[in-house]
Amino acid sequence: MTTAEFPNLIPALPEVFIACIAMALLVLGVFQKGKGAAKTATFLTVLTMALALLLLSAFSFEKVTTFSGMFINDTFGAFTKALVLLGSMLTLIMSYGYLKRVKAAKFEYPILVLLATLGMMMMISANNLLSLYVGLELQSLSLYVLAAFQRDDLKSSEAGLKYFVLGALASGMLLYGSSMIYGFTGTTSFAGLAEVFHNSHGHISTGVVVGIVFMLAGLAFKISAVPFHMWTPDVYEGAPTPVTAFFAVAPKIAAVALIIRVMTGPFGELIGQWQQVIVFISVASMVLGAFAAIVQKNIKRLMAYSSIGHIGYALIGIAVGNEAGVQAVLVYMAIYLFMNVGTFACILCMSRGGRMVEGIEDLAGLGKTNPGMAFVMAMFMFSMAGIPPLAGFFGKMYIFLAAIQAEFYTLAVIGVVSSVVGAFYYIRIIKIMYFDDAVDAFDRPIGRELTAILVATSIVILFFFVFPAPIVDGASAAAASLFTGG
Amino acid sequence: MTELPILSLVTFLPLVGAAIILLLIRGDSEIAARNARSTALWTTIATFVISLFIWANFDNGTAEFQFVEKAEWFPALGISYHMGVDGISMFFVMLSTLLTPLCILSAWEAIQKHVREYMVAFLVLETLMVGMFCALDMVLFYIFFEGVLIPMFLIIGIWGGPRRVYSAFKFFLYTLFGSVLMLLAMFTMYFQAGTTDIPTLLTYGFPAGMQTWLWLAFFASFAVKVPMWPVHTWLPDAHVEAPTAGSVILAGVLLKMGGYGFLRFSIPMLPLATVEFVPLVYTLSIVAIVYTSLVALAQDDMKKLIAYSSVAHMGYVTLGSFTLTAHGIEGAIYQMLSHGVVSAALFLIVGVVYDRIHSREIAVYGGLAEKMPGYAVTFMVFMLASVGLPGTGGFVGEFMVLLGAFQADTIVAALAASGLILGATYMLYLYRRVIFGALTKENLKSITDMSTREWLVFAPLILITIWMGVYPSSFLDPMHVTVDNLIDQFNAAVAAAGNPAVATR
Repeated sequence: MTTAEFPNLIPALPEVFIACIAMALLVLGVFQKGKGAAKTATFLTVLTMALALLLLSAFSFEKVTTFSGMFINDTFGAFTKALVLLGSMLTLIMSYGYLKRVKAAKFEYPILVLLATLGMMMMISANNLLSLYVGLELQSLSLYVLAAFQRDDLKSSEAGLKYFVLGALASGMLLYGSSMIYGFTGTTSFAGLAEVFHNSHGHISTGVVVGIVFMLAGLAFKISAVPFHMWTPDVYEGAPTPVTAFFAVAPKIAAVALIIRVMTGPFGELIGQWQQVIVFISVASMVLGAFAAIVQKNIKRLMAYSSIGHIGYALIGIAVGNEAGVQAVLVYMAIYLFMNVGTFACILCMSRGGRMVEGIEDLAGLGKTNPGMAFVMAMFMFSMAGIPPLAGFFGKMYIFLAAIQAEFYTLAVIGVVSSVVGAFYYIRIIKIMYFDDAVDAFDRPIGRELTAILVATSIVILFFFVFPAPIVDGASAAAASLFTGG
Repeated sequence: MTELPILSLVTFLPLVGAAIILLLIRGDSEIAARNARSTALWTTIATFVISLFIWANFDNGTAEFQFVEKAEWFPALGISYHMGVDGISMFFVMLSTLLTPLCILSAWEAIQKHVREYMVAFLVLETLMVGMFCALDMVLFYIFFEGVLIPMFLIIGIWGGPRRVYSAFKFFLYTLFGSVLMLLAMFTMYFQAGTTDIPTLLTYGFPAGMQTWLWLAFFASFAVKVPMWPVHTWLPDAHVEAPTAGSVILAGVLLKMGGYGFLRFSIPMLPLATVEFVPLVYTLSIVAIVYTSLVALAQDDMKKLIAYSSVAHMGYVTLGSFTLTAHGIEGAIYQMLSHGVVSAALFLIVGVVYDRIHSREIAVYGGLAEKMPGYAVTFMVFMLASVGLPGTGGFVGEFMVLLGAFQADTIVAALAASGLILGATYMLYLYRRVIFGALTKENLKSITDMSTREWLVFAPLILITIWMGVYPSSFLDPMHVTVDNLIDQFNAAVAAAGNPAVATR
């Protein structure tokens, strides 16, 4: 074995930085005993993420690979990593107050979030089936622990276990698919795969197709797309609320980014093979998300179905498989991030007498008891339903523009019709808040950090239409980098 | 004067008022409510006064869009912030700015809970309505068109009657369903024509096969909004449950969005499909006119009766638009304007007695002429205008529509004309039951006539109704050139496609 050349760390600097800090924080947490540890760790983790965000934007976004081609960084990676970091950061800020209240504020929590985030960033930058799997597993293992973090709580433990068993199965499928692909092509590198498929001129063996389907099944599990969604409502309901918020945002964005990178990259030439699979899971997710959410009584379960539906819309963009489609997905996911963080911040405010409540009916009369919170919540719901001029509409607009451009008319019609069905349960929440008689008010005042997040996210959602450029241009540059090699 | 971005000013001034109410007025006290009311009233009056400049500076001699403003918005997609008015849209802007202050005035005492929020909702609604009529970019249009759902849903749901939840949901989902299909059609047009700019699209010839589908998608949206039979059922529910001012805006402006949509999108942009679907629209319009008039006859709820009469009156609008004659289209616009004033006034009329007795049942009333002579006269003016008596605005519109219909198809015109008789029947019947007869009911004996505030609401409406009936030229002149241009282009497009010209001047 020859001594390998020391890899160029510069493209992976944010990841290296996060990894070092995570380990340092673990050591610090052990030494700093007592109550302060959790607070210090949370603060330092948020700071680390903010610095990583800065590091991300400090470099040029030229497409570079390192670690012998295992790791790639480009504008697409930078944009999605920024979203992931933002999502992790915001949900972490929201969680501290909650965890302190349920007496689960331990210093491991922020570190686990940090490690999961690191895994997501690795997924996004994966340029090889192996590094893809390593990143995915780092993320998943941290998430399993997070789901069960409130370990004295039966539901939380159940959620963690359920997530672990099903997640392990999905990882297995993904690994099996990867190995099939390796077996039939002889390479795990994305560039190598792309070359093999390019030279095969459409003559590919069934084994590769089976491999792709298995990989897609594994990835569909991670984004909770139908028919691999069954874990979602239970895990969302059982996991501690800030963890649910985290689940709903960062891992989804990372997994969607991963699917985009894999499907448009190495398997880009095989679009005919995987497109119908994505179309199917997209339609199934949109329809199931819309209909199943109607009967929910628990707001976290409702959000689970809502996220299934949203993923269905994002998948339309992936199914289209071109630059416009990818841009649409990125815009959609960016807006989805802000809507979800905001909504979960509202859900975190739902406590009475120090106890969290999660029933949708508990929101009754919020318009009277807490007009400010009701207003922002209503805004998030209208936005999720896709009513202009709120940001959610523009997310859908980009998705449907891409679908229509690619002449996916049936898919677009199914999409808009299920969005009308979906609107029903979103406006039902508004109805409960504003039209129903008030029940007891929620505890006040709500935490300062929650207020800050609510204000920030609602500004993004409400005024997106005035300044769409930051998100839209970023997404467009990111999509272009995938397709043109820029 | 024309240098000023007057359309943006009119559109967004109400939003400034809403922001002031939201940010500066706090609490639920009586003083806060009074401040909110005055802020809203003065904002909307200022908006109306500014909008008068649009009319005053409007050039009747051109079919071009006027007061145009344009700015980049989504440059990558070519979507821009593009505003402007022509002879078709200008009066709808005026109608919106006129009715909103009257709505706020009419809700002065009727609305006692959440006054602040109520005023904000109406101001936001005004912005969206005005913006919709001014928008010259499809996406911009859609945003205003659809955004209206939010404040209207809340107005019906929060301040409405007992079945408000059901009605609000029905209203929201019906209209949303129609509009999302339209959105897809808009995207298809965008990729076909490469632009979302309405003036450009007006002259773009879409392929004949595509037009059919596009037309149906637009029809899904506008037919629900107008509303045309058989998708009208949300309207009576929404009207009955909405607070008075909500009904006024709903009947006065929101229904016109559908009629305006036909004239702005379906007819000029998709002429070939329009020709193809004329019989369908004729049939649905005639059914609407005759059937809903009969249904109106059987109502015992005043608001429901007026709601059904709205469906019938809007039947004339769709009929007139699709006669594709200058008379028909101008009549349709005129009918929309006069119906906007008259039906709004009729809902306000119901609101006056509802505020006193808290019932909309016709049977609860009777013999009001004795105690409320002023009210009886006001009611009579609008009742007769709704019937279409010469000398009121209602007559001109219906007459012109029928004139156009006779040019296009005699049988259709004859059937539509029968609606006039039915219209007279249910309105006179309503009037007799509420106003005439002996005042026998105990709770009516102490009823008071209209207050000064109420007179203030009705005076401008009476004035405009008579003005529209006696001197229609002031409203028709600005339309002529635009409508003629519309028909010329329509004929040219149809002729170019090889079909015999069906439209006549």
